[in-house]
Parts: sequence; C-alpha cells; structure tokens
Amino acid sequence: MTDTTLDAAFDPRGRAANLRYVAERVAVYAFLSVFALIYLLPLVVIVANSFRELPEISQNGLIAIPRSFTLKAWSQAWAHYCVAGTCEGIQRNFYNALLMTVPATVASTLLGAVNGYVLSKWRFPGSETLFACMTLGVFMPGQISLLPWAFILGRIGLSNSIYGLIVVHVIQGISFTTLFCRNYYVNIPDDLIKAARIDGASFWRIFFKIVLPLSPPILIVTVIWQFTGIWNEYLFGVVFTGGRQQPITAALVALQTGEQNAHPYDIASCAVLIAAVPPLLIYFFGGKYFVRGLTQGAIK
Amino acid sequence: MATLTISRLIKRFGPVDVLKGIDLEAKTGEFIALVGPSGCGKSTLLAMIAGLESVTEGEIRIDGTLVNSVAPKDRDIAMVFQSYALYPTMTARQNITFGMESRGVPKAERDEAVRRVSALLKIEPLLNRKPGQLSGGQRQRVAMGRALVRDPKLFLFDEPLSNLDAKLRVDMRTEIKKLHQRVGKTTIYVTHDQIEAMTLASRIAVMHQGSIQQFDEPQVVYDRPSNMFVAGFMGSPSMNFIPGELTKAGNMPAVVVLLAGGETAALPLANIPASRPADGRVILGVRPEHLFRYSDVLKAQKPALAMAKAAVEVVEPTGAETHAVLKLGDQEIVGRFDPDQAPRLGEILPLGFDMSHACLFDPATQALISSAAA
Repeated sequence: MTDTTLDAAFDPRGRAANLRYVAERVAVYAFLSVFALIYLLPLVVIVANSFRELPEISQNGLIAIPRSFTLKAWSQAWAHYCVAGTCEGIQRNFYNALLMTVPATVASTLLGAVNGYVLSKWRFPGSETLFACMTLGVFMPGQISLLPWAFILGRIGLSNSIYGLIVVHVIQGISFTTLFCRNYYVNIPDDLIKAARIDGASFWRIFFKIVLPLSPPILIVTVIWQFTGIWNEYLFGVVFTGGRQQPITAALVALQTGEQNAHPYDIASCAVLIAAVPPLLIYFFGGKYFVRGLTQGAIK
Repeated sequence: MATLTISRLIKRFGPVDVLKGIDLEAKTGEFIALVGPSGCGKSTLLAMIAGLESVTEGEIRIDGTLVNSVAPKDRDIAMVFQSYALYPTMTARQNITFGMESRGVPKAERDEAVRRVSALLKIEPLLNRKPGQLSGGQRQRVAMGRALVRDPKLFLFDEPLSNLDAKLRVDMRTEIKKLHQRVGKTTIYVTHDQIEAMTLASRIAVMHQGSIQQFDEPQVVYDRPSNMFVAGFMGSPSMNFIPGELTKAGNMPAVVVLLAGGETAALPLANIPASRPADGRVILGVRPEHLFRYSDVLKAQKPALAMAKAAVEVVEPTGAETHAVLKLGDQEIVGRFDPDQAPRLGEILPLGFDMSHACLFDPATQALISSAAA
C-alpha cells in the first residue's frame, strides 16, 4: 500500500486537528499515570521496606529512599518470627489459608454450578422463588451470620478449626456461585438439553458432558471471585480460629500487634507481600483463561 | 416402522389452553406436516410427542402403546431442532454418537452406524469438525445425521429449514424428501412454511389457535380448504375472498358481486352448493392462479369461466408469472397471470374467474359451503 498522506498538500486544518489529537492523548496519559502512581505507591513502599533493615527504617522513617539492603526479614517472616506465642513465622498460617481456600473454592464453585444447572435447566414449581431466596444471601453481611455460625460450629465440633472455616466459606459462597452459574447457564439454549434428553442422557451425563464443557468462562470467574474472597476474608478467620489454626489474614493482624516493643515494619512488609501472592497468581493465570474463555464461548 | 395416534390431546399452561383437543394419526411411513402461524401450538404438540412437554389431557400412542408418561429417551424417537442443537464442545462425530454412547452401544457398532449415516448424508469430511466450524447447511446435515443414526421409530422435525438461506432451504427440502423416500420412517414435521408442507407431506395438519383446522392430503387441503383460515394460509399469494350474494342466473346458481360505481356482476357457479346460508350472503374464494384475462377463446377452453370488470392497481412481474393487484368494487384481489396476458397498469381488465375451482364460504362460520373441485 502506498502512503498517500506523504504526497498530500499542506492542510493547515488537518494539521491543527492532528496536534489537538496528540495534545489530548498526552493529557489523558498524564492523568492516568498520576493515578497509577498513587495506587502503586503503597506497593512500592512495602516492597522497599521488605528489603530494608529495621534500624534504618526506624531512623529514616517508613516512607524513605532505601539506604540498606537485606533479605533477612523474608526468612524471619516466613519461618521464624514469633506470632501469637509460636515462633514459626507465618508459614503455618499460609498453609492454613491454602488448606482452607482451595477446598472451599472448589466445593462452593461445583455446588454453585450444579445449583445453577438445576435452577436454569430443570425448573420446578417454586424454583424461581428458591433462586430469589438464595440470591438474598449475596446481600447479607457476614456479621449477621456470625453468631449462628459460632453456635453451629460449636455443635458440630468444628470450633477453632480450619475445617470449620471451610464449611462456613462453602455455604456463605453458594449464593454467589449459584447466582453466577445460573445466570450463565440461562444463556445455554434449552434445545441442547432437550436434544440430550432425547439422546438418552441422564441428568448427570448432561451436566458433565454438555453443560460443564461449556462452563470454563464462568467457572474461572467464580473461582477468581471465591478464591480471593475466601483468602482475603478476615472476620470469620479471626473470630472462629486462634493461634496456630488462624488463616493468614488473621495472622497478619496478630503479627502487627506482636509482643515486641519495636514495630516490625520489615517483617510485616514481607508477610503482607507473601500473603498477597496467591490471589495475584490466581488473577494472573485465571485472567488469561477468562479472556480466552470469553472469546471462545461459541455456544451458538 | 411405527404409527402415531393422538386423541383428544389437551395442553394447558395455567389458564391458557394451548392445545384444545387434538386428534391426529400417522400411519407407518407417513410424512405428516404440522403447519400453522406462530403461536398455533404446533411446536408444543411436537414437544409433547417427543415427551419434552407433559400431557394435560388426552392420549399419545406410539405403535399402540400409551406413552403419555414415558421419558423422551424411552420413546424411541429422534428429533431435529430448528436451532440444530448440536453440542458445541463436541465434534460432528461425537454429536452423532452421543446418543448411542448414552445407551451403551458398543464402539464397533457406533463406528459402523456413523459410517453408514455420514455416507448417506455426505458428511464424511466434516466428522472431525466442531459445530462452530460448520456452515448452516452442514450443521443441518449433522443434526439430521444425529437423528438418523439411531434408527428410531419416529422422526420429529421442528422447523429444521427456517435458519437456512432461501436457496439452501429449497435444496435441503429436496434432500429431506429424498431421504424420507429412501428411509421410509414415520415423520412428523413442524413448519410455518406452507410450501414446505405442501411439497414434503403425505398429509398436512393445518393448525390455528390450538386446534387442527384440517387434516388431509396436500392437494385436498389446497383445493377444498375446510374453512377460510386454511384457504388463506395455504397458497401464496393467498386466496382472494370476495363477499357476494347467492342467487340464480338462469337455471344455475350464481354469486352476485359488487363492482365499481354500484354495478354488479353475476358469476355463475360450476355446480350446485350443498347448502345455502339463510340470508344468501356468501364469501367467494378464488385463488390467484384461477384469474385470467377474459377472452372468448379462453371461454371456449374453460366453460366455467365467468367475467367481471376490474381496475388494475399494481403490476408485479416475477419473471415466470406476473402478479397484479386488482380492484373489484372496493375489494382488492390478487391475480397471477401469464406474462403474455399480463394486465397493464390503469387498464380496466375483463377479468375471467375460473369458477370450476372456486370455493364458497359461509361469512358467519367461515366454514366451506361448497367447492367446485372434485
């Protein structure tokens, strides 16, 4: 292709329009950059502090150009620092959180998928009402269910236990996952289900062979939502567990209010960053599949 | 080989009667078309035959066995959907074999069945593609393959051609006809396209507002429509309805119709109507192809030709024939003419009515009083 603009006669109005366009772009990018900086600055400070020595932090202040470098705080935070009486760092709490988040995410997502499948493709008298009631759970603040949960966990012997938290998070999460999946499955044509019924497929065979293979986009959304929600959840963790049983969010706060006199800014920074890794990874990998799933979503 | 018998079938959704007592039967190997405008209940009827909708009242029997509460998979039927309903994550081959897999047919047998069907439908090169990689016509074939492979008692088609473009639709229509002639399965075919119904079916059930208006062979439905709805629905352009009065012209009964300027014309009937409405008012039904440019030569060929003058309002050449909108009194009617004989715009046409094909309807009940066709 030949570039015709090269040969074009000088056009003052076109030139002015071009300049205006460039100026607008510059303004937009400058504006966005300022906000990006504001949002990223706390992360920069935390990352910097995780590599500074504590005396230097105390001397120069939390927000300062780093003048020292050490990796000591990372191993301290992970394996040695004393939190709530035990000196194992936050690794136990990190594993606790994984042990809680992964099963709770998988279970609540699968239950939501089955619920959504039934509520969209196997409607029965009252199923819409039931769905409306389940959706109410989305708007219910966690605090409301705090006491009932304490009662139930006590009754079934799962107080101060990660398993208790799994039960809580699975059930609290079903409202969301059901809502997501049901609204996605409504768009799967009913004819597919009818065709499969005539083909002799059972309820579960239709679910596993036809509905589930169409679900990756919504399952990934649900997993991202559930994983980050459960991982970052603090209230239930701090109320229903203590000490070595606590998930990472509760441990982070326990670490801040530790027994030492000097505030461990360096170790706290490391711990916060370690705690932020799993949700970041989920976004990182899930996000890619999410976009791919959306573009592939060839239901028609 | 199977028969389908439906008696007094009723479907209610809450207070709404969707089907109001359907009686229908298909003999072994018959091709039955259910035709009617949207919302007439034809798709609901098909879904009930398939077992996808429950029966409120009445009976559905396949091969004499009551199947009202038999699950779709146990009715031994196959269905082709309007949307094709191909499983999007499976290849064409997996789509075709899914049903057999569900029923636990051994792999060797499945492969053999796929080979047979894909040869029949000429879809061998497409077997490893997913529905998203197939064109509309190809999807249609795969969907038919999925139905054919099972060798069911009954084939159900739910408007299978309505998502195809006009040319492909005509081709696939012929394919379906050939296929039915070769396979010879009892088939129920739902369509809103009366041409599809006419060309494919051995018998047509015309449905309107939840009941069957007429159930008969295509030519009978066309020539002797049981009421004005059927007459108007079957045929395109549709039948002209001209209000008139039944009198006698000489010793033959005739219909007097109103012309422009208060004049009247008496159109003598070809035979004596079976009954006569009390006040003598009737609706004369004449199909567009039974209107001609009147001439004495033509009258000699068609003794039943009657004549009235009509103004030409619009002329629409289609190539093979020319359609014209004519004004008979204050009534607009449509005629199909040979291009050589076509009316010219603005002309006052001596319009010939071939009364040997005319129908008479009762304006009150809209039912057929008599038709000249045998």
